[in-house]
Amino acid sequence: MDHAEGPEAEIVLRLAGMTKRFGPLVANDAISLSLARGEVVALLGENGAGKTTLMNILFGHYTADEGQIEAFGKALPPGDPNAALAAGIGMVHQHFTLADQMTVLENIVLGTRPLWSFNLGKAEARRRIRELATGYGLDVDPDRMITELSVGERQRVEILKALYREARILILDEPTAVLTPMETDALFATLKKLVAAGLSVIFISHKLGEVQSVSDRVVVLRGGKLAGERVTSDATRRELAELMVGGQLPVNEIGPPTPGATLFELRGVATRTMGGAALKQVSMQLRGGEITGLAGISGNGQAALAALIAGTLEASEGNIIVHGETARHWSPRTALDKGLGRIPEDRHATGMIGDMSVAENVISEAYRSPRFSRFGFLDWTAAASFAGDIIKAYDVKCPSPEARVRLLSGGNMQKLILGRALDGNPDIILASQPTRGLDVGAVAYVHARLIEARDRGAAVLLISEDLDEIQTLSDRILVIHRGHLSKPSLRGELSVMELGELMAGHGVAEGAEHAA
Amino acid sequence: MRLEPRTVTSGAATILWPAGAILATIVFSSVLVMIAGASPLTVFWLVVKGAAGSQFAALETLTRATPLIFTGLAVAVAFRARLWNIGAEAQLYLGAVMTVVLGTGAVTLPSAGLIPLIMIAAMLTGALTLLGPAILKTRFGVDEVVTTLLLNFIVLLFVSMLLEGPLKDPMGLGWPQSKRVIADAQLPRLIQGKRLHFGFVLAVVSAIVVWVIMKKTVLGYEMRAVGHNAEAARFAGIPVNRVIVKTALLSGGLAALAGFSEVAGLKGNLTLDLSPGYGYTGIVVAMLAMLNPLGVIAAAIFVAGIFVGADAMSRSANVPSYIAEVMVATSLLTMVAAIMLMRYRVRWR
Repeated sequence: MDHAEGPEAEIVLRLAGMTKRFGPLVANDAISLSLARGEVVALLGENGAGKTTLMNILFGHYTADEGQIEAFGKALPPGDPNAALAAGIGMVHQHFTLADQMTVLENIVLGTRPLWSFNLGKAEARRRIRELATGYGLDVDPDRMITELSVGERQRVEILKALYREARILILDEPTAVLTPMETDALFATLKKLVAAGLSVIFISHKLGEVQSVSDRVVVLRGGKLAGERVTSDATRRELAELMVGGQLPVNEIGPPTPGATLFELRGVATRTMGGAALKQVSMQLRGGEITGLAGISGNGQAALAALIAGTLEASEGNIIVHGETARHWSPRTALDKGLGRIPEDRHATGMIGDMSVAENVISEAYRSPRFSRFGFLDWTAAASFAGDIIKAYDVKCPSPEARVRLLSGGNMQKLILGRALDGNPDIILASQPTRGLDVGAVAYVHARLIEARDRGAAVLLISEDLDEIQTLSDRILVIHRGHLSKPSLRGELSVMELGELMAGHGVAEGAEHAA
Repeated sequence: MRLEPRTVTSGAATILWPAGAILATIVFSSVLVMIAGASPLTVFWLVVKGAAGSQFAALETLTRATPLIFTGLAVAVAFRARLWNIGAEAQLYLGAVMTVVLGTGAVTLPSAGLIPLIMIAAMLTGALTLLGPAILKTRFGVDEVVTTLLLNFIVLLFVSMLLEGPLKDPMGLGWPQSKRVIADAQLPRLIQGKRLHFGFVLAVVSAIVVWVIMKKTVLGYEMRAVGHNAEAARFAGIPVNRVIVKTALLSGGLAALAGFSEVAGLKGNLTLDLSPGYGYTGIVVAMLAMLNPLGVIAAAIFVAGIFVGADAMSRSANVPSYIAEVMVATSLLTMVAAIMLMRYRVRWR
């Protein structure tokens, strides 16, 4: 992808001085961006850097306070969602917008022609879709129902939908978050074909590796401002990371593990579904002094596994064995009594009670202990001092123990949860998506604490959809697919591609053919 | 139009919005008063005078506030834990039934023993009334709004049956009313010869006790946690269903005290018009108090004042006393809006 980035390149999209404020928050601060014909521009930035706001302005969902948008040399009227579509800009959202009970063809054609002529164009539409699909490597059968498709295929339908409407500019919002590594490679191949055909692409991501392999130019946003712009081939990974974070990147060292005894075990466990796959005959062992990573594509049973271990979901079959003893009854209470530290997947919904104070939240797992209550009365002085300890030890930025948790940032909330879960040094730790949505600094902090727990002999289960995170932290890796677990592999034993095969549900042996 | 959650609510806003709600209520009611052909200023002055303009008026307002404090507390406690108890009316009536069952001579004890006995029995009756809906909710997910609301009608018919049958006063000239409670079962009057009775003191003490429970105890903490975020409470190991059942018992018991205090303190017997909807008005009281137990006292006096004042006003100005119902209902709506505006900011596009 070496498209000339020069003055002669035709600019297809220009955003000039975009500013958007939400109350006191400046979500976009005078951001300018241009996109040339046949170019892939990566929009890089952490959560909350302003990427999504910028795209929402482009698509007329928000009206900018300042700034102009120009597409193909014509000004785009603000606040009109149809204007962007009409100007030839197509967007593939992170969460797909497809009608499940309709076919691929119907989804693509939907809204492009008046309803009464719907059937007339079907043959022609089918022909055009086939043509686009083969031309760009977007292999999908136009007559299949959306429900039958995999996540990767659904994404292809979304791209086809945009192309069918003759989009000349394609915007992809975190497109790889839901894909296996092979599907990601296939997507990148498609993007190369698209730009070769003269389309332009804006690729929104916070993953450096992807940005480097797919883009021509990188625009980095940080805290709503333009932090820098680089030609991809001239920029190092470190440089981009530092632009994104705005300073030195913290590095965690992880030493060799010193595995101890098996502290926690699941034997032949099955559950009902928890949004996503149910667990089927799952067995696993967690050993002290080790981080066990559970990799997998979203929705393959991670939520059920995490809820099961946390005690909020009952096993319909099988046993939970803690410290060599089979637990007869398993609930959040027993999990805590057996010494589990639990970090839930959703900070807001499950982890914290937003409308209660920091002090009230940090004692929620231990309020019945003599430390915090006597004769049914709570000791608020003890609670406040405990909250103060956590605030200090975990570097939580908050005004006071009385502050509402709702007012804290995601990172600070996660630190509180860490503080609550790791208080009393639990020797079994469940960390479910512990860094999702956090900025790089907070991610490093969470990782450091998990490594620290492992080094003092705790058994850590890390459930994550971020394969990089799994690979960096885990001493052993398990892969979950449709509620089944793979055999464990040791750190570095399997390549990304091999893990990807497992995530897609293939045996490791058949890896090679898909890798291209 | 969109709503964005406010990150901070300033101290002034927590006073100004509710004040604005009351102002809006007055403005709206003024329009209706003018339609009725009277001057709003005169009418509101008469309402205030009727509610607090004399010793008689003030005592009458406090007497009327007594059952509202109990039902307001019952609703505030339940709503805090997100248990939507719409059935305070039923719990009130069954508390009153228990009061006449034990208080009309079936048990004879000195007053110092009899009154607490009846009080506890009435509370248990009310608690059990709400236990059913609470168990249906926690076990089978049955919506308690439906069950508690419908129970009101069932209980009222049941009371009607009792008053035509086993509890009917043989000396009552055929009226559907119970026998009068014996002297030892009666709550003393606070001032000789006036209607204000010991029930009011009981109500205020109850409010303070409930405040302590909510603020200082493990149970109150659990109730607030379950109310604010049941999923997170469950994750943290709080026994959510048990907390809901305990909440129900407390709420039902408080509502039953309203019935007990009306019978033993004021009316002396049970009739079908014991409560002109105190159970429902308790919802308004609790909302106006923003579920704060101490605020319930003030809100109950405010609402009672409107009713008592409007009665007096309608006698001298030519405006129907139904304006009180309108004012109370409007104040509920404006208050709910004010609470929302305290938490959210409205954005136009």
